[in-house]
Amino acid sequence: MPPLANIVVSILFDGLAYAMVLFIVSVGLSVTMGLMGFVNLAHGAFAMAGGYLTVSLTRSMGVPFLGALVIAVIAIAAVSVVFERTLYRRLYRASELDQVLLTIGLTFLAIAAFTWVYGPVPQSVRLPDYLAGQIDAGFRTFPTYRVFIIAVGLALVTVLWFAFERTLLGAKIRAAVDNRRMAQSVGIDVDRLFTLTFAVGSGLAALGGGLALQLFGMTPSFAVVYLVFFLLVVAVGGLGSLKGTLAAALVLGICDTAGKYLFAGAGGFIIYAVAIAILLARPAGLHGRD
Amino acid sequence: MKRASSMVLAVLGLGVWAGGAAGETIRVGVVLPYSGVNADLGSQMDKAFDLYVRKHAGDIAPHKIELVKRDEGPGATAKTVVTELITRDKVKLVTGFALSPSAIAAAPVVTQAKVPMLISNAGTAWITQLSPYIVRFSFSMWHQAHPMGSYSADKLGCKTTAIGYTDYPPGKDAAEAFRTGYEKAGGKVADVIPMGNPAQVPDFTPFLQRVKDAKPDCFYVFVPSGAHSAGLVKSYGEVGLRAAGVRLIGTTDVVPDNKLQDMGEAVVGAIVMGAYAADLDNPANKAFVADWTAAYGADAPPDFMSAAAWDAMAAIFHVIKTLDGKLDDGAKVVELLKGYSRKSPRGEISIDPMTRDVVQDERAMEIVRKADGKLGTKVLGVVEKVKDQCKELKVGRCGQAGN
Amino acid sequence: MAATDEIAVAARARRFLAAHARLRPTEALPWLVAVAAFFVFPDRLTFGSQVLVMALFALSLDLVLGYAGILTLGHAAFFGIGAYTVGLLAARLDWTEPLTGLLAAATCAGFAGALSGVVLLRYRGLTLLVLTLSTTFILQEFGNVFDRVTGGYDGLPGLSFSPVLGVFDYDLFGRTAYLYALAVLFVCFCLARAIVVSPFGRSLVGIRENTARMHSIGAPVHGRLLVAYTVSAALAGVAGALHAHTNAFVTLSVFDFENSAGVLVMLILGGTGRLYGAFWGAVVYMVLQDSLAKFSPAFWQAGVGLLLIVTVLFARAGILGLVEAAGRRLRGGGP
Repeated sequence: MPPLANIVVSILFDGLAYAMVLFIVSVGLSVTMGLMGFVNLAHGAFAMAGGYLTVSLTRSMGVPFLGALVIAVIAIAAVSVVFERTLYRRLYRASELDQVLLTIGLTFLAIAAFTWVYGPVPQSVRLPDYLAGQIDAGFRTFPTYRVFIIAVGLALVTVLWFAFERTLLGAKIRAAVDNRRMAQSVGIDVDRLFTLTFAVGSGLAALGGGLALQLFGMTPSFAVVYLVFFLLVVAVGGLGSLKGTLAAALVLGICDTAGKYLFAGAGGFIIYAVAIAILLARPAGLHGRD
Repeated sequence: MKRASSMVLAVLGLGVWAGGAAGETIRVGVVLPYSGVNADLGSQMDKAFDLYVRKHAGDIAPHKIELVKRDEGPGATAKTVVTELITRDKVKLVTGFALSPSAIAAAPVVTQAKVPMLISNAGTAWITQLSPYIVRFSFSMWHQAHPMGSYSADKLGCKTTAIGYTDYPPGKDAAEAFRTGYEKAGGKVADVIPMGNPAQVPDFTPFLQRVKDAKPDCFYVFVPSGAHSAGLVKSYGEVGLRAAGVRLIGTTDVVPDNKLQDMGEAVVGAIVMGAYAADLDNPANKAFVADWTAAYGADAPPDFMSAAAWDAMAAIFHVIKTLDGKLDDGAKVVELLKGYSRKSPRGEISIDPMTRDVVQDERAMEIVRKADGKLGTKVLGVVEKVKDQCKELKVGRCGQAGN
Repeated sequence: MAATDEIAVAARARRFLAAHARLRPTEALPWLVAVAAFFVFPDRLTFGSQVLVMALFALSLDLVLGYAGILTLGHAAFFGIGAYTVGLLAARLDWTEPLTGLLAAATCAGFAGALSGVVLLRYRGLTLLVLTLSTTFILQEFGNVFDRVTGGYDGLPGLSFSPVLGVFDYDLFGRTAYLYALAVLFVCFCLARAIVVSPFGRSLVGIRENTARMHSIGAPVHGRLLVAYTVSAALAGVAGALHAHTNAFVTLSVFDFENSAGVLVMLILGGTGRLYGAFWGAVVYMVLQDSLAKFSPAFWQAGVGLLLIVTVLFARAGILGLVEAAGRRLRGGGP
């Protein structure tokens, strides 16, 4: 296989896997921020909770990895509803500053709580054999786990696209993102919609945390150290846009991977430089509305 | 007010003296990252400090030791923390310091206050030159990376090597030190790859893919010993570098003992240079690991940072005993530590009287699957009594006149 | 007829401005507390000087966030530029005089503010947040790549600065550092206060409350925001320089996300758009963090997190908002 083609395949494949993790965690944040304008900086904490729950389920209770992921998604979605009903809803109409304060406070609490339970040592899980190792595609091999991440990501994109574009619920959400007041005045219960999207978004964040576990390891700082990337994806994609979040995750994920591969010395700059360039040109993001 | 309280103290002191038990309570400041991304490193050293104090409290009777623990994590400024330990908490020594920037920031304070600082991790080579009160028990990256350079060229058959490092001072040092030793021994560096910053564990795959495409004999790595090391080794296996015959080499930071078991098959065959591994076969280490396992369980073994912290605390106990608890004269304490040596879990270590930096044996260790199925280390070779090579070779800042 | 109207309007405007500019007795409180702290806690002055530095940093943020309504997560950039200005001047050029160092830091940071403001202030909301945040990260990466100049994350060690005013040298107990930081903070507060009570300051509030209306009455909105942003950046630069002076050390972690986010949290906690919110927010946050971290080095974040949540639930406008509400209730003799 010629080296150039090999490089391109490497970058696209690794970039795609990275993009899928970014997409899965960020999409919920984008929709909830788009729907209510709610600045939820605790989103990373929900991802972290998903990751830790996956660790506990597989390690202490012997649940298989895939089953643990599913349980984590459902459990975190359910828990997030409790937070939404008791805390978040009080601040729907508050200023974004108050929302920042609340969600940073929650993040701090989460960090302390997870340190208390799991300690500061990074946690990971042993992958089942069918996810470890490599798949031989004939001309080269691909890490199985990354193929799995890409598959999960693409499946989610399909399901979410269908739910968003082809169902009544999706239409309601899109209407509410466009114009909340108008949506309310035609009888859409935006509060309920928000609770629902918040739960789904947090569940997806938990899934992202469970998947990222293998790539980054899980420590109590997870809630903050990766938050910056999620915000980047949401802003570059455009608030409340599924298509935009996907596009942003792909652009940022692949550019970041290409930067690391081709210009390792400047690798750290690239994701930020690309984000700045896109936002300067399109302030509302790739698929946002001005 | 102040005078009154010192009078009270004087009276108390008299009372104790009259009672005949001239026991002092020596307060020692412990500065470690208890919160934030480096909390994991802090905990490995904190456990060692606590354990030593618990095991050996009787050794310094009638004196007592009290650890005053302070967070080195986010939100704390090292200078303030160390200043208050000295001026408010009246500590006689400070120890810990996982992160070089905090040791560097606090150096002028310990010089001004004449309080010894016993470093149990911070690895930037020239730190010891910043103050005559600094004594280091851990290492500089040059202790391990430089001998690894010549060892890998001479003994491991690494004719070409790609270097990957986390892009911050210890990583840059580890890369430069390795390269210096490696090229001098005739090795050829195939690629040098900075691999992201220490705050976030990056997706290592693109870096490793680049290595795979360069097809070197060996891949030398430095990453911080927290979440980075596990992530790196996993990706090393996933990308198929091992299968492609590119050997993973590095410093012990890449395979810290307390993360080894999670790394899986990919790590078997990796060869690292370092002064400590939990599997080292010497009496001091056997006792240390046994005590540690009894206290903290077999699943969380001590690592090279724990060993350095253990030795730093042993040195503190030695000083307390020798000076009979009178530690007010910091210069005297440092004098006592110059040339200090002990049979440590790392083997025989000593403090170089010239540089106040540690002198220790560095071991090339291979990661193997042990008979009981667990991952462990096997010593391949020993480089004896290694001094900080940065100062020996007078590289850059290490060559400048210090204290 | 029209002329008398104009006179009446002008007089009303003057009265309005004068009412805002009037010194209230409560404004003396922070300064009394700060001076008293010097005598009551003689062994806590190093910490105290750090609190004052953060208060100044938060004050600089209040000008853009509290008055002009610009939400940014990149103010650490200007703090860092200020710190590195005095750090590099001292380390590389032997320019160690502190007061001229402050001016140099203010100039560099102000210049950076003006330059970036021309572009960034055309954006708002999440977009601006991410733009400012990314710019700060790029600065930090830049400092890491050029570590031969900046010293990288190991920083510029052992900086020595000349005594303040040529007389007061830095002592172990931090007396000089504290009084120096307090004096600089006071001067900057006076400056910031003069700005916010001026017609210019009121127009900033106008922009915050209703940008469209300010446009329609012909106010040069972008120009005014840019001026505010520049002044704020300069003050943040002064705070950074003070940080370098009082620590005798600068590292790239001044550009950390935690620094930008931390100052934002302190300001919101104290109360935005009130100037003194910056002071009380920094004091409460840092004292609480410090005491909790001493009590439990590993779990202090739980306590700070709880404080933030409780503040949001029960004191929506920060600590000063709560105090003001209580004051109103007392004066009104009921809710």
